[in-house]
Amino acid sequence: MSFERIKEKLNILADAAKYDVSCSSSGSKRSNPNKQLGDSSGMGICHSYTEDGRCVSLLKILLTNYCIFDCAYCVTRKSNDIKRAAFKIEEVVDLTINFYRRNYIEGLFLSSGIFKSADYTMERLVAVAKKLRLEEGFNGYIHLKSIPGASDELMREAGLYADRLSVNIEIPTKSGLKLLAPDKKREDFIKPMIKVKNEIIQYKEEKRLIKSTPKYAPAGQSTQMIIGATGESDKDIMYASNYFYKSFNLKRVYYSGYVPISYDTRLPQIGSAVPMLRENRLYQTDWLLRFYGFDIREILNDYHPNLDVDIDPKLSWALRNLDVFPIDVNKADKRWLARIPGVGLKSVNKIIGARRFRKLNWEHLKAIGIAYNRAKYFITCDSRDFERRDLTAEQIKNFILKQSMSKYKGVYNNQLSLFN
Amino acid sequence: MKKILIYDGTFDGFLTTVFQVFEEQLKDVEIVKPKHYQPNIFIEAETIITDSKKAKRVWKALQVKVTKSGAHKLYASFLSEIKGVENALLRYIVYAYCSESFIHTDYSNKDVLRVAQVSKMVFRERHRMEAFVRFQLTKDGIYFANIEPDFNVLPLLLKHFKSRYADQRWMIYDKKRGYGMYYDLNVVQYIDLELTDAFDGSKKGLEKVFTSEEFQFQSLWKNYFDSTNIKSRKNMKLHKRHVPTRYWKYLSEKQPEL
Repeated sequence: MSFERIKEKLNILADAAKYDVSCSSSGSKRSNPNKQLGDSSGMGICHSYTEDGRCVSLLKILLTNYCIFDCAYCVTRKSNDIKRAAFKIEEVVDLTINFYRRNYIEGLFLSSGIFKSADYTMERLVAVAKKLRLEEGFNGYIHLKSIPGASDELMREAGLYADRLSVNIEIPTKSGLKLLAPDKKREDFIKPMIKVKNEIIQYKEEKRLIKSTPKYAPAGQSTQMIIGATGESDKDIMYASNYFYKSFNLKRVYYSGYVPISYDTRLPQIGSAVPMLRENRLYQTDWLLRFYGFDIREILNDYHPNLDVDIDPKLSWALRNLDVFPIDVNKADKRWLARIPGVGLKSVNKIIGARRFRKLNWEHLKAIGIAYNRAKYFITCDSRDFERRDLTAEQIKNFILKQSMSKYKGVYNNQLSLFN
Repeated sequence: MKKILIYDGTFDGFLTTVFQVFEEQLKDVEIVKPKHYQPNIFIEAETIITDSKKAKRVWKALQVKVTKSGAHKLYASFLSEIKGVENALLRYIVYAYCSESFIHTDYSNKDVLRVAQVSKMVFRERHRMEAFVRFQLTKDGIYFANIEPDFNVLPLLLKHFKSRYADQRWMIYDKKRGYGMYYDLNVVQYIDLELTDAFDGSKKGLEKVFTSEEFQFQSLWKNYFDSTNIKSRKNMKLHKRHVPTRYWKYLSEKQPEL
């Protein structure tokens, strides 16, 4: 193969694929019983990190950046004047195998611009995955994009070779979608998601009866939303996300701060900052919902449609619900421990393990690794020393902020001074 | 009376020492490697001769007394090679034997917490090595990689690489400690050897050893790495936290253009 030509294509098609945030390579279990190439043990590996700090785990490329759609937020939109290229199926397979053998990557993340039709594109993507699995004996991770509008038969086949499938809904609200991507319909995004969800359930059922049932998309489905492109509130985003988690059993929803790429007046202009802090708060909320047992309505509702910028969502919730605190770490059950600001799940498990042996005091808790400065206002332990003052939420917030070393301090301090 | 026990630095040697401590019911002991031993006329010292039978007995007993994962953590902590970690491990083991129940979750005990923390450091580096190993294809068809980890994690990497790269011959060489692992399509063997500079991924003049295709793929990979970067989100502090500078030496994507 001609390395120069490949290099040129790789530059174009990797550059176009980089706005897809997902890079996870976890959640799939493929062993390597026949001494072929590769396995995935369930735990993902980030083989490198870009200079913006995102993980590089998969070879993330587009099959082509030719596209018949004209979505305002996308770099590969039809009306954008950029270099176009397309990979051959063998080229993608070859690159994947050679990168994988050198331990550069965990596998392949293949997406594509839509050329000719949805089915024609999906067919190509499936062909790559099929060739990797059947001809090359590759057991690494494969993430395929489900092309909106692709037929059920193709989606079914895709799941047999891929570990994860994803459709990016990109715009959380219907009105935003209408504004920025008038040729796309929400139903087209949803259709492949429903198909894959049903297939996953069906294959799991069958697997229970017949052990040799093949795996179907073992790492599940994910999706992605762009943040800050259409003026939606945090509540809009998280309720949409919650809906997708609940109705389609998604493994992950990714939030991607909009990186300005066009002079379109419907969008934030080139040069405006990427909303990274907001993105971070949304991920924190996402974690609270999935791992900490919070309900979305506790964190975001009509009274609080947006997340606080200066403090994390769990602390923000705690300050609104001071009546449930202080919590006794030596007695409270797991769910309540997880609700203490400054105590993460790792610490929760350590506390539960350790308190079986003796009552824990501040020294123990600090050694275990809780964020003492935040947590001390909300807990009591085996010590006569605890917060006795009757502090208001505002006071606690100020005390905590005064001691915080947050890397974002500059960001929200600037914002505050603007309004003063 | 205090006693210093000198062992040979191997894990079996350490376990033999533990055996001795229990057999002689020693209360106040310090375990050291020969290179850390400083003679002191007031303290009695004894050199322990490694006995794999005794080591095996202790290891088997530990599986039961501190659970399998607890024993694995002890092993990982041992591999950290941190000066004096042997003594924390010994106190942990003694504590485990003095207690009726499992103590591996008693994080308010400082030795238990120490083992949890040190083993976490070691497992973190093992995970990093699973990620940062960069194989280069030699002319005789072996995928070769150099590493220089802070801790002695090579033994912990065996299983991962063996099951993943089952159809290619590979070798991972720990330059700092002067030994490596070689997989010949059947078994993995540890080998001691001195390598010439021609194998050092961080140096020039590799053409003699590696295929020309190899350099093409490295260049493709570096190209890919550069084009996935989003410039408007640049955050070098975060980048360096994930990929600490000390590992850059052998990462092809972090090398200057060839």
